[in-house]
Amino acid sequence: MSSNLDALYRQVIMDHYKKPRNRGLLEDGSHTINMNNPTCGDRIQLTFKVEDGIVKDVRFEGEGCSISMSSASMMTQAIKGKKVEEAIKLSKIFSDMIQGKDYDEDIDLGDIEALQGVSKFPARIKCATLAWKAMEKGLTEEDQQ
Amino acid sequence: MNVHDIRRQFPILDQEVNGKPLVYLDSSATSQKPIQVIETVEKYYKEINSNVHRGVHTLGTRATDAYEGAREKVRKFINAKSTQEVIFTRGTTTALNTVAASYAAANLNAGDEIVITYMEHHSNIIPWQQVARRTGAVLKYIPLQEDGTISLDDVQATVTANTRVVSVMQVSNVLGVINPVKEIARIAHENGAIMVVDGAQSAPHMKIDVQDLDCDFLAFSGHKMCAPTGIGVLYGKKHLLEKMEPIEFGGEMIDFVHLQESTWKELPWKFEAGTPIIAGAIGLGAAIDFLNEIGLDNIAQHEHKLAAYALEKMSSVPGMAIYGPLDAAKRAGLVTFNISDVHPHDVATVLDAEGIAVRAGHHCAQPLMKWLKASATARASFYLYNTEDDIDKLVEGLVKTKEYFSDVF
Repeated sequence: MSSNLDALYRQVIMDHYKKPRNRGLLEDGSHTINMNNPTCGDRIQLTFKVEDGIVKDVRFEGEGCSISMSSASMMTQAIKGKKVEEAIKLSKIFSDMIQGKDYDEDIDLGDIEALQGVSKFPARIKCATLAWKAMEKGLTEEDQQ
Repeated sequence: MNVHDIRRQFPILDQEVNGKPLVYLDSSATSQKPIQVIETVEKYYKEINSNVHRGVHTLGTRATDAYEGAREKVRKFINAKSTQEVIFTRGTTTALNTVAASYAAANLNAGDEIVITYMEHHSNIIPWQQVARRTGAVLKYIPLQEDGTISLDDVQATVTANTRVVSVMQVSNVLGVINPVKEIARIAHENGAIMVVDGAQSAPHMKIDVQDLDCDFLAFSGHKMCAPTGIGVLYGKKHLLEKMEPIEFGGEMIDFVHLQESTWKELPWKFEAGTPIIAGAIGLGAAIDFLNEIGLDNIAQHEHKLAAYALEKMSSVPGMAIYGPLDAAKRAGLVTFNISDVHPHDVATVLDAEGIAVRAGHHCAQPLMKWLKASATARASFYLYNTEDDIDKLVEGLVKTKEYFSDVF
C-alpha cells in the first residue's frame, strides 16, 4: 500500500477509531448539538457540560468513517477542561491544519497532529472537520444563551 | 461485442490514477463518453453553433435540424409514437419534477394517493413529497422483499382506487434490481392511476419500449448513457402532455404574447422555455447512435455477465456483505456492498489509491439505506467498457483493504 495511505491512516488514528474516547452522551449535559454531512451520511451528536466558561465534560455519539470518528474522539480529548474560547480557537487551528494552510506550530496539538495527512486527501477533509464544526457551533450557541 | 475495441473509443480510460491504470467502476453515477460523442459536440461548436428555432440564417437552420434530428433519435430509441412526446430536459431530476409540478399538482386533491417504493432515488421521492404537501395527497410506499425485490402482491395491496400516480424506478441504483414496471403499469391503470417510470439507471443499459411498457411518463438522463451532462429526456403520452401547463415560461415556448396573457407553442416546445440544451441534445443523439451500433441487447448481456462474475468473486472476500438479490438473473450491472469493520469511505479511499473508482455514501436513497440498516455503502457499477479484469482488480483491492485495516490494529 502506498505511503500516502499510511500518512492518512496513522496508528494513532486507528487507535481512536477502534477505542474512541468520550463516546456516549452526558446525562447532565448543559447543551446538545447534532450535525451531519449530507453528502456522505456521517452524523455526530455532541453533549457538553460547560461551567464558568470551561468545558468540564464533553461526549460524542455518531456514525461515520475512521477519519470522522477518530477526529471526534481526539476533539473531545483536546477540549475537555479548556476554556470555551480556547476550544473555539483550537477548532480554527485544526481547520487551517487540515486544509494544508499555515498554522501556529508552537501549539502542542498532541494526537490531533496525526490527522495532518488528511490534507492530502481533499475528498476526506469534510470527514475530519465534522466533529470540530459541530463543537464550534455548539459552544458558540452555548455562549450566546 | 469486442470490449477492447470499445475501450479504445473512450479516451479517458487510457490513463493512470495514483500511479495505477484507471479502473472506472462508477458508471451508475455518470458514464464515460466515447470519442464519437466528444467529437460531435466539438464539431457542433466549431461548425454550426447557432440558436435554434429563430434565425433565418443558414447556421440557425443547421443547428435546428441537428437539434430536432436528435429528438427523432430519442423517439426511435424509446419507441415513442411521435417526437411531440419527447421533451428535452436538464436530466431525470428535472423531468420528474416537471411531471410532479405540472401534472400532479393540477390533478391531485386531498385524499388522493401517490405510490412509490422504498428503493427510490431522492429525485423520485422529494418532488412527490412536495405535491403531497401542496395538495393534501398521501404519499405511500410499496415495501420491499427480504432480497430487495418488489412483489406484485405488495403493489396490488398498496395501489388503490384512490391512487392517482404510481412512480417507480426501473432499475435500482443501489440494489441493482430490475423492477417489473410493465406489470406495475398495468396495476396502476386498472386502478385509474398514471404510471411514471424513472429510467435513469435502465435507459443506458437495456432496450426500453414505452409503448410496450405502456407507461405514461418516462424520465432519463443523457450523462449516464455516454452523452454529455446537462441533457435528459421526459417522455409523456401526448394526450397527457397536451393538457399539462408548462412549469417554465419565457422565450421559445410561446405562440402569442399579449400584454396580460400569452398562449403556448405546440408540443414538445411548450415545455422547452429559453434557449435549449442544443449541444447536449446533439451529443445525446450521437450517444444513441453509438449505443445502437453496439446494440442495447449486447450491452445488457455483457453487463449481466459482469454482474454475475462480480457477485461470485466478491462473495469470496471475507467479511463481505452484498445488498440486493444474489441471483444475478434479477440484477443489472452494479453491486453495492460493505466490508465488515471498514467504513465505505475508507474502502473507497484505499481503492482509489489503487486507481479504482467506486462510489461510497448513501447514493441519494436515504429511505432505502434505513431499510438496509446501513448508514452508508460502497458501490461498484459496470458499463459496456468494463471487463472481468476490472472486477479482478476490484476484488484484489478489496482483499488489500481488508488486510490493510486489520494490519493497522
